[in-house]
Amino acid sequence: VENVRLLDRLSSRKAALGTLYLTATHVIFVENGSETRKETWVLHSQISSIEKQATTATGCPLLIRCKNFQVIQLVIPQERDCHDIYISLIRLARPVKYEELYCFSFNPKLDKEEREQGWKLVDLSEEYNRMGIPNNYWQISDVNRDYGVCDSYPTEVYVPKSATAHIIVGSSKFRSRRRFPALSYFCKDNNASICRSSQPLSGFSARCLEDEQMLQAIRKANPRGDFIYVVDTRPKLNAIANRAAGKGYENEDNYSNIKFQFIGIENIHVMRNSLQKMLEVCELKSPSMSDFLWGLENSGWLKHIKAIMDAGIFIAKAVAEEGVSVLVHCSDGWDRTAQVCSVASLLLDPYYRTMKGFMVLIEKDWVSFGHKFNHRYGNLDGDPKEISPVIDQFIECVWQLMEQFPCAFEFNERFLIHIQHHIYSCQFGNFLCNSQKERRELKIQERTYSLWAHLWKNRADYLNPLYRSDHSQTQGTLRPQMAPCNFLYKFWSGMYNRFEKGLHPRQSVTDYLMAVKEETQQLEEELEILQERLANLQKSQLDDDKDKSKQQDQSKQLGLSNSSNSLANTPQEYSSDLKSFPSRSPSQGDEEDSALILTQDNLKSSDPDLSANSDQESGVEDLSCRSPSGGGCLPSEDSGKDSDEAVFLAV
Amino acid sequence: MLRSSQPLTGANRKRCREDEMLLGMVLDEGERGFIIDTRSAQAAKQARMTGGGTEPKSSYPQWRRLHRPLERGRPLQESFIKLVEACNDTSINMDRWLSRLESCRWLNHVKAALSTACLAAQCMDREEASVLVHGAEGTDTTLLVTALAQVILDPSCRTLAGFQGLLEREWIEAGHPFHLRCARSAYSHARLKQEAPLFLLFLDCVWQLSRQFPFSLEFGEHLLLTLFDNAYASAYGTFLCNNEKERRVGREAGTALCLCKVKESTHSLWAWLNQPGEKKKHLNPLYSHNALVIWPSVEPQSIQLWQGLFFRWIRSSQYLDEAWAEVQRLVEGD
Repeated sequence: VENVRLLDRLSSRKAALGTLYLTATHVIFVENGSETRKETWVLHSQISSIEKQATTATGCPLLIRCKNFQVIQLVIPQERDCHDIYISLIRLARPVKYEELYCFSFNPKLDKEEREQGWKLVDLSEEYNRMGIPNNYWQISDVNRDYGVCDSYPTEVYVPKSATAHIIVGSSKFRSRRRFPALSYFCKDNNASICRSSQPLSGFSARCLEDEQMLQAIRKANPRGDFIYVVDTRPKLNAIANRAAGKGYENEDNYSNIKFQFIGIENIHVMRNSLQKMLEVCELKSPSMSDFLWGLENSGWLKHIKAIMDAGIFIAKAVAEEGVSVLVHCSDGWDRTAQVCSVASLLLDPYYRTMKGFMVLIEKDWVSFGHKFNHRYGNLDGDPKEISPVIDQFIECVWQLMEQFPCAFEFNERFLIHIQHHIYSCQFGNFLCNSQKERRELKIQERTYSLWAHLWKNRADYLNPLYRSDHSQTQGTLRPQMAPCNFLYKFWSGMYNRFEKGLHPRQSVTDYLMAVKEETQQLEEELEILQERLANLQKSQLDDDKDKSKQQDQSKQLGLSNSSNSLANTPQEYSSDLKSFPSRSPSQGDEEDSALILTQDNLKSSDPDLSANSDQESGVEDLSCRSPSGGGCLPSEDSGKDSDEAVFLAV
Repeated sequence: MLRSSQPLTGANRKRCREDEMLLGMVLDEGERGFIIDTRSAQAAKQARMTGGGTEPKSSYPQWRRLHRPLERGRPLQESFIKLVEACNDTSINMDRWLSRLESCRWLNHVKAALSTACLAAQCMDREEASVLVHGAEGTDTTLLVTALAQVILDPSCRTLAGFQGLLEREWIEAGHPFHLRCARSAYSHARLKQEAPLFLLFLDCVWQLSRQFPFSLEFGEHLLLTLFDNAYASAYGTFLCNNEKERRVGREAGTALCLCKVKESTHSLWAWLNQPGEKKKHLNPLYSHNALVIWPSVEPQSIQLWQGLFFRWIRSSQYLDEAWAEVQRLVEGD
């Protein structure tokens, strides 16, 4: 459709005129005119909702909200076209078959072996080996090899050595969805472990010998532990209410040597609404500080993040400081349990704070343990009540930790943002379906590509320059400060306002430091070579040479500092008073240098935060620097595209 | 950019030829200028009752007046006190923290100050118009706006030396009454009438700029904290007294305080700061000269609570300090 306008959310003055295309996998807006063909690509999988707004004199507005928090406002000249687009998008954004998803047509031009290798990058059996299993206390069990015991669990589960198949099967019958207690994390240093399950079907008074034996087995697997914690991550009221439905929680009287603990994290419906409310705050036009703070508090979002974090901290403490094993569950053991176990693991084990380790962590606690990606993130059209930002919250917990411990993580914020993006994008096969069983049935690994391989290939973009494996922050357990720590939780505008360029610092400190690091390394290598040569020359000539200039001088010649200069930015609309002025626009052109053209080599092109609105000091008045210019900061999903600007997510 | 205090128009709408001529001379024929009045239109009008007022359009035809009320005085001090209380309150739950933060209104003041400074800067840079800034006295919000606008506009004010010069010019010599304003800070039980944290508000705004433009200021947070400390209590004479007259000549004999000849009897903070050892601690390792204007975002998401100041004694800054040490190490190519 031609003559479509793409509006800037805040300033209609910055509307771009162009053509809208709908393909099988994307919505594409191509801006007219300029030599740089600014393109905005949106994957159908990313579309969360489409809103047709009231027709105005200028046309029919269409608002597209995406799961990665991008909001696109289009104005379509003809009402009929608008309606057609609307209907088409509704259908395209709600696939009914897996085969409709992009991952089945995405072609990064790798051969079969490379695809296979990609999938092998993260190997969970290696991970459990790394933890030190099998050992005297824990072993792998094949009781679930055909998914016969629990169809949402993986085929390989790790259980205490003293848990026989009989005990496991018996326990599984007493657990919601058959999700029996299984190992999530084993701490080599003190034999404490984190196990996870779903709620017991205890009702008001039911008991199950095998389930009680299972918990005993877990306790005994820790020779110094005289009790285990059982942590129910639901609010107490909810758990009690579940009893009426024949489920519930562990009674300390029935299970010997357990200490039971509620840590109230709200359910998926509350979280869905919380996110919704927070996004509404983000969509406010020119909010005051008060509007924003009230709105954010009203959404409850940061409170929920803190609740998840507190649960993770409790568990990490139990394991690291008390040396006590913990069994975690919620209702079904695939949402809050996953969040809390992975946060705890991250706090406990520095390996999970490396890039590879993080991928392994997600693969372990989310993918293999049957987190319902399809239902939660809407791969396919389904029940809207199942949708909930569960993994988003976990990812945010990681970001909050990164802000508190800037040296502790090998990866940077962009890594997290891209992972979140791809959980919804369905461009790769890792996060499809609801369980390992479903994925194997669909032969995902033979028909799609692994995100981990893709991220790994581009890992240079995802590194944290402040990370050093020998740094004190990266060793051992992370201990976030507890109370009073409300203030430590910040609003993550890098994620929720990701596409609003004007809100973020125009220059990326991370990228700059990475560039410095790389250059320093190169120079060090060069220096070594030169020093060798020098030594050889000295040996052969026995001459006195002048000192080579010190490495420090060389690094100052890097000239990196100049790279950030030309990234000028433009003023926000600070005052409506100025608009009414007789404008004195200098004759300089509009936005030809509003650069999506990244002129500095050392600036990574993988995210738009460096580009938009970097027009030179041209005196163009009244530009709002909140506009993502033309929205051209979208990840281009098609690896075939090589135009600079569109490849914001280096695919 | 010019600054002044309010014109003494009064209830009788007095005129002053000299004042009109002075402002007239600033502008060329046909040029327009802006007056940014840091009081609300209503407050400015009410000021007439006590002899003050605003510049009437008829007498100053080339000047257009904009009102941008900025908080000062008692309410600003209350805001500060409330914020510090909130930060120290260990009993607040996460559910109520943000609304408590909002009720202090400190961040609102930061947003307003930054917006007004940006407005002044925009008038000059984008509209290429001259700007006159004044409130009532010309010693508080006026200086906040002019100083901040210069940091935004002028790269030389973002160097360590330039920033010191800016402080000397726009705060100290311009007559911000430090002695009255920075007497007891937030914990004092005595609610002094003249106490108000305008200078802290300025430092907070500069901190916001440093966060949004991490490469563009030659100094870091450490300097801002040092300045905050020294404004209230200092081994140096730089922030003493209320104006240049008091510093040079002292007060009238018979008053309780009689400080005089500050330059002869005390040491300068700048001299200490500029020593190589001290200087190094206050520099920003990421600094690289940015010749352009830096336009901050004043959206609520972009304005953050200055944790380094408000939680300074409440939570450990160990991990953040380590991060900065690492940045330093990387940039110096150890």
